[in-house]
Amino acid sequence: MYSEKVMDHFTNPRNVGEIADADGIGEVGNARCGDIMKLWIKVEDGIIQDVKFKTFGCGAAIATSSVITEMAIGKTLEEAEDITNQSVASELDGLPPLKMHCSNLAADALRAAIEDYRKKHAITA
Amino acid sequence: MSDIYLDHAATTPLRPEVLEAMLPYLSLEFGNPSSVYGAGRRGHQALDQARDTVSRLLRAKSEEIIFTSGGSEGANLAIKGVAWAYQNKGKHIITSAIEHHAVLDTVLWLKQKGFEATILPVDADGLVSPKQVQAALRDDTILVSIMHANNEVGTLQPISEIGAIVREHGAFFHTDAVQTAGILDLDVNELNVDLLSLSAHKFYGPKGVGALYVRKGVRIDSLIHGGAQEKRRRAGTENVAGIVGLAKAFELAQEEREEATRHLVQLRDQLLEGLQTIPHTKINGSLKQRLPNNVNVCFQFIEGESLLLNLDLRGIAASSGSACTSGSLDPSHVLLAMGLSHEIAHGSLRLTLGRDNTREQVNYVLQEIPEIIERLRAMSPLYHA
Ligand SMILES: Cc1ncc(COP(=O)(O)O)c(C=O)c1O
Ligand code: FES
Repeated sequence: MYSEKVMDHFTNPRNVGEIADADGIGEVGNARCGDIMKLWIKVEDGIIQDVKFKTFGCGAAIATSSVITEMAIGKTLEEAEDITNQSVASELDGLPPLKMHCSNLAADALRAAIEDYRKKHAITA
Repeated sequence: MSDIYLDHAATTPLRPEVLEAMLPYLSLEFGNPSSVYGAGRRGHQALDQARDTVSRLLRAKSEEIIFTSGGSEGANLAIKGVAWAYQNKGKHIITSAIEHHAVLDTVLWLKQKGFEATILPVDADGLVSPKQVQAALRDDTILVSIMHANNEVGTLQPISEIGAIVREHGAFFHTDAVQTAGILDLDVNELNVDLLSLSAHKFYGPKGVGALYVRKGVRIDSLIHGGAQEKRRRAGTENVAGIVGLAKAFELAQEEREEATRHLVQLRDQLLEGLQTIPHTKINGSLKQRLPNNVNVCFQFIEGESLLLNLDLRGIAASSGSACTSGSLDPSHVLLAMGLSHEIAHGSLRLTLGRDNTREQVNYVLQEIPEIIERLRAMSPLYHA
């Protein structure tokens, strides 16, 4: 039911872990199935240098977490904020319809981490 | 190692002996059992024989057996059938919170149609208490439906005791025996049941065929109207090959029951023991009143679908009650009814054994699971090693 890309990110998730001196942390829960994702970002000169994640969730949740770390690294905060759950899903060659909501988790966690960074660094959007 | 199938509660492979018994009715013996000529008569004979076999194994009379399309139809026919036939006597039905959806959703549907329902809770082991059944019975109770063994956690209900209480009260009692047929010896008199449903594909028979026992004197309204088959209680040309297969599989299961049980219990206990050594693990369901082939555990801090995918990658087929694996995105209603939190239910794993599983397979599974759990926990924001 999952694409090859999903299974690749699921079996070899990129950037798993935590960043001890993270600049921003986002943690979100999925209202539909109860899954949880936590994401750490490291920012320098408005550019995301590093991202790490931990996820308690299904195969799609783990794969979307993994792929969004790759998508976000190297992007400006503004660019990263524009990553939608749709773009995460298409980066993975699509998700089964029932699993589309899982990709919200990743996009929301990234936005939450950026928001946390902005709050901490008192930069208004 | 070749693939390891540990999902026998979902379905079982067709036994070669069963296929062989079925084959003639899929080819040369194609006659309609209602026809008067030779081919029809032979089909009819095959049905009669199958009905005799099934009734003998259940200690019932052959006219008390209705062949159905499986466990779901059996439950629907039993519950709706009694409800429609006896609605002038009363409109109250009792069932439990851990029933298969074939029972639960049927009762809820009747509720929408003006019947009343009491859904009994279960304890932490998933047991329904006979006392609670007693207390829930009302003057207008026409039917009680409690499953024999739960398909997720394997807990066996005190059916005989509940049946005696229901009979004393004057209501009818149905049990969904889909998970026990072919595994336990089923005697409808000892069980004190008026209706009992079973399904062939759970005991190495074909899919899409089952049987419903209806005690003589219990009326049921038909769900499917048309021809006079099954004594007008289920219209439609019979699935002759399927019914022959059901009877053959049921007979083989009964013959080999004692040996099979020993084998299953041994593997089950080996699994339970091995899995309990993994930290933060909870065994679900009663350890005493349990199906010989069921193992159900929750691993804290991880989610079931990612566990199943990892097992699948290593050639192991299993199932989970996690929200992410259910079409509805709700965790198992059984685990929730037993008092487990949403989060714990998320990490549930069901392994159900069968006749072809071996000690070597169990050893392999016990070696792979801890590694997978560790990997997933290392990835979980809830886990702090
Ligand atoms: C307890 C129980 N009841 C009913 C059913 C439904 O049986 P069937 O698949 O034959 O319709 C199943 C199997 O899925 C079951 O496990
Ligand atoms: S995150 Fe729960 S179903 Fe995907």
